[in-house]
Amino acid sequence: MHPASSVIIFTTFSGLGFGLLFWLGIGAITPTGLMALIWFAIAYLAAVGGLLASTFHLGRPERAIKAFSQWQTSWLSREGICAVVTLLIMAAYGAGLVFFDTVLRPLGWLGAAGALATVFTTAMIYAQLKTVPRWRHWSTPALFLALSVGGGALLGGQVTEALVLLGLAAALQVYTWVTGDTRLARSGTDMASATGLGHIGAVRAFEPPHTGTNYLMREFIHVVGRKHALRLRVIAVGLSFVLPIIFLLVPFSHIWGALALVSHIAGVLVLRWLFFAQAEHVVGLYYGKR
Amino acid sequence: MTQLPASTAKKLGLVIDLDTCVGCHACVISCKGWNTENYGAPLSDQDAYGADPSGTFLNRVHSYEVQPEAGTAQLIHFPKSCLHCDDAPCVTVCPTGASYKRAEDGIVLVNESACIGCSLCAWACPYGARELDAKAGVMKKCTLCVDRIYNENLPEEDRVPACVRTCPSGARHFGDLGDVDSEVSQLVASRGGFDLMPEQGTKPVNKYLPPRPKDVMPEYDVLAPFLEPVATDGKGFAHWLDKALSALPGGAK
Repeated sequence: MHPASSVIIFTTFSGLGFGLLFWLGIGAITPTGLMALIWFAIAYLAAVGGLLASTFHLGRPERAIKAFSQWQTSWLSREGICAVVTLLIMAAYGAGLVFFDTVLRPLGWLGAAGALATVFTTAMIYAQLKTVPRWRHWSTPALFLALSVGGGALLGGQVTEALVLLGLAAALQVYTWVTGDTRLARSGTDMASATGLGHIGAVRAFEPPHTGTNYLMREFIHVVGRKHALRLRVIAVGLSFVLPIIFLLVPFSHIWGALALVSHIAGVLVLRWLFFAQAEHVVGLYYGKR
Repeated sequence: MTQLPASTAKKLGLVIDLDTCVGCHACVISCKGWNTENYGAPLSDQDAYGADPSGTFLNRVHSYEVQPEAGTAQLIHFPKSCLHCDDAPCVTVCPTGASYKRAEDGIVLVNESACIGCSLCAWACPYGARELDAKAGVMKKCTLCVDRIYNENLPEEDRVPACVRTCPSGARHFGDLGDVDSEVSQLVASRGGFDLMPEQGTKPVNKYLPPRPKDVMPEYDVLAPFLEPVATDGKGFAHWLDKALSALPGGAK
């Protein structure tokens, strides 16, 4: 798949923002007044900024409002609704903290659940796709949730929780790589089933339908960069998990905390780039590629 | 609406004969022509006369080489367009309701005025049947020429999809695959028509007919007895010539 920067930024930052909203919602951090305003501003900047970035890859972004209508079947629609509802609930909860010094506890819990639901529905947009066997697995939403809540803990200064969750996310990430690398081969979809010609013999793509490229090849077949995948995986794990964990284990100071956060965000951006660049869409088989 | 109909009254679709397709791409051109001038946004091209041309097509013809365990390889031309699946994953993923499957005839269509161009339907389609038009920013796909097949302004023989009407080798057939007595259904039954990627669970309506097994030609040549080498019996002019030329310095023995 083509790793579109708008979608990489969207999943990384909205994941982080909703992760922070989760910790704010359950009351792990209960700031009031100006401090609350700053905390919520950070969370909303990340969450809303990410959501806005996602509209940049739309062909007709001016009609984005229509995307809230098909929640009965579409995970993308569900995600949009979850995001907006969560942001509204947490805005009310945040307003209580900022302006009235009041902790509206049930509202916070509801918002925290909404934040988790938003990240889950985002992941399900990818995990639902039978056409991308690497993504169609329970580990996709599990990893999105672990990264979001772990990143949120890091951003929210929840050191112990961040250590546990980043460790969990690292384990999940390695697990998705180990099992995901062979999932297309195990899916049963290959050039023989794509063309239905396997009963005659070995199928080879002889001539593509055109001399140039096309939308399908640009969107679904991304070969550039895959050759560096192993090196990028090592870099991503180092940046998103190993360095932040080391920085959190040294005696706490805000400098180490900030470094851990910056390193983690850079790492997750690389992870998301790999998430798309390494995903093989079955349509590539029609072109003899993957 | 992105909920699929429980069943459709008809299952209009194509049957494509891989045995007779000659790979001329006439269906690609007629499809592009009709669908650029009629229903919906035109199928745009980018850099059409430049170094890196690309464009939107609703139908493309691949060519595959199939190598049997014994014998020579076979070249098979393979037209591919929307298969109008019964269980169309492109429809249910649509967040706006722009993608839908018609209950009356099973055609999968895009309401272009509701499409936000998010590409998720193209991601969900295993066949590469949907292409986002780079100029219009909306998703384009085969409409089964919905503006031809019911069009009473056209002569009756033209009320079939443009690709079917133009195919010079009769490799494309159009009809109701939900009706077991229809010509297309009988063709599928008699020729062993198959689905593409059945394991994806999309239940495609369009079917493909496999190439017929190649004839095995026996060693058979009526002219062979008359074309035997003539100079082996050691007699006649040819033999003398053979000997005389061989005797020359440097002659072949």
